[in-house]
Amino acid sequence: MISASQRLWRTSPLTYVALVLAALLSIYPFYYMVVIGTRSLDSINDVPPPITPGGAFGDNFGRVLENDAANFLKGLMNSIIVSTVVTVSVVITGSLAGFAFAKLRFRGSNVLLLGIIVTMMIPTQMGIIPLWGMMQELQWYDTLYAVTVPFLVSAFGVFMMRQYASQAISDELIEAGRVDGASTFRIYWNIVLPALRPAAGVLGLLTFMETWNSFLWPYAILSPENPTLQVSLSFLSYAYYTDYSQVFAATAVGTIPLVLVFLIFGRQIIGGIMEGAVKS
Amino acid sequence: MSLSATTAAPSPAPPDDAPPRRRRGYLFNRLDLKYSPYLYIAPFFLIFGAFGLYPMLRTAWMSLHDWDMIGDHTFIGFDNYTELVTDDYFWNALFNTFGIFALSTIPQLLMALFLANLLNRTFLRAKTFFRMAIFVPNVVSVAAVAIVFGMLFQREFGLFNWLLSFVGVEQVDWDGQRWSSWTAIASMVNWRWTGYNTLILLAGMQAIPKDLYEAAAIDGASQWRQFWQITLPMLKPTFIFVVILSTIGGMQLFTEPLLFGNGNIIGGDQRQFQTLAMYMYEKGIENLNTAGYGAAVAWAIFMIIVLVSLFNFVLIRRTAK
Repeated sequence: MISASQRLWRTSPLTYVALVLAALLSIYPFYYMVVIGTRSLDSINDVPPPITPGGAFGDNFGRVLENDAANFLKGLMNSIIVSTVVTVSVVITGSLAGFAFAKLRFRGSNVLLLGIIVTMMIPTQMGIIPLWGMMQELQWYDTLYAVTVPFLVSAFGVFMMRQYASQAISDELIEAGRVDGASTFRIYWNIVLPALRPAAGVLGLLTFMETWNSFLWPYAILSPENPTLQVSLSFLSYAYYTDYSQVFAATAVGTIPLVLVFLIFGRQIIGGIMEGAVKS
Repeated sequence: MSLSATTAAPSPAPPDDAPPRRRRGYLFNRLDLKYSPYLYIAPFFLIFGAFGLYPMLRTAWMSLHDWDMIGDHTFIGFDNYTELVTDDYFWNALFNTFGIFALSTIPQLLMALFLANLLNRTFLRAKTFFRMAIFVPNVVSVAAVAIVFGMLFQREFGLFNWLLSFVGVEQVDWDGQRWSSWTAIASMVNWRWTGYNTLILLAGMQAIPKDLYEAAAIDGASQWRQFWQITLPMLKPTFIFVVILSTIGGMQLFTEPLLFGNGNIIGGDQRQFQTLAMYMYEKGIENLNTAGYGAAVAWAIFMIIVLVSLFNFVLIRRTAK
């Protein structure tokens, strides 16, 4: 028998040193964000730079809220609305289409699925110039429709749900539903959707994060008066780049919710990303 | 990406001689079986068609015009593209994009390979902690990363210049020159994406059959040798996937350089860090009267992504044989 400590050190200590170092490098900028965001402005010029949090967060964040140029609270609200709507929609449309591709037979399904996989590789960001024009025509410029509607579906979402549905749901289960006289939609709602829950959760988390963090398109189509959180942060940092403690307090407030979500669901998120990598 | 061609087993239609409970119910069943799948996939195709595919095609159409977004447009054939070839600013943006891409992708993938190999050790403790810690930068928005790193690279009191002062390096004006601004921007990309790529590579490593290693160990192959002779060759498909993803991202780099230059779309006073995506934005959205030219830049980026991906694909397949 090998004792636990021997087992531990069969992995060389150098491995742990390297991993701890990597972890510290990953976490340091967060910590730094908190340090600067909770310090008063004058302590930022200190040499050596401050390394512990201070007590001025309330003061700094107060300046963010009073700042008319940033519209921070409006941006926060907008981001919550847009990210929630997009997430719900991507999960529902993705699981519906994924279920259809995995478990239903219909003419053209293979070709259409291939089409979805191809679109996953297309950098759709390259279409933003005409999209910008389209939004003008629809009179959606500077509205939340512009940053929501184009993202209500996701090729990745359909593909991920399809992969999960084809292995997690047995055909017998669906047959049983049919024998009981359930319509296809009932089967989706009562059998498929509950079975897809783990994958749907991961897809939802990934979609929420992506939407919350997206920048280029909201930046192009929204005005500073009606921003998303990220756009608000960018204008704040342009205009007040000398007031670091204010900018960092706002950045920390905009980042911490996602970090908390990640701390709670990180295991599932990581599992989802790693599984997706092997299957695709 | 390979697509496994598994489709559901044919669900038998209700046998004809079975007494239909109600005629209407039977008809509904038939229609339901036959057409409802199209209903379920329709939302994706409708919305993607309108807001994803159509704009891509329209970009191509626009690029053949002298197009003013709020005015006239006239067909000019490939003139935008011939102009692009002699446009110094375009080549400058291309040069910057490739420079930053090289500085971010190469160290990042080597680092990710190294970390994934460490995380793949069988008896590693605190696996989940390390995975989460390494991945957590990917959760932060690009805007937040750019803001924090902008401060770290600040000239008078930024952390990096302070650290460099110990080895006798004068204060570096990070956004002033080409190489230094590239380094700063690439470091943001590296910080945000190393962990993600580590996890993808780790997933690829874990899919390698363990008995290959056992056989090699019995033959007396060292860990180092196992890495070169088993891990790397078997990891090739995953590696290609990661490289292509990095290419797509790297060629579209926008937010980091934009915020690093405080929102200046030309990327520093000498355009020293303007990327292709920024140039597209400058021509197509910042200046609405040159939208056609901006669309040509967009298609050029698309073609470059395809070419670079193909090049990397062939390169990796060849070298890792």
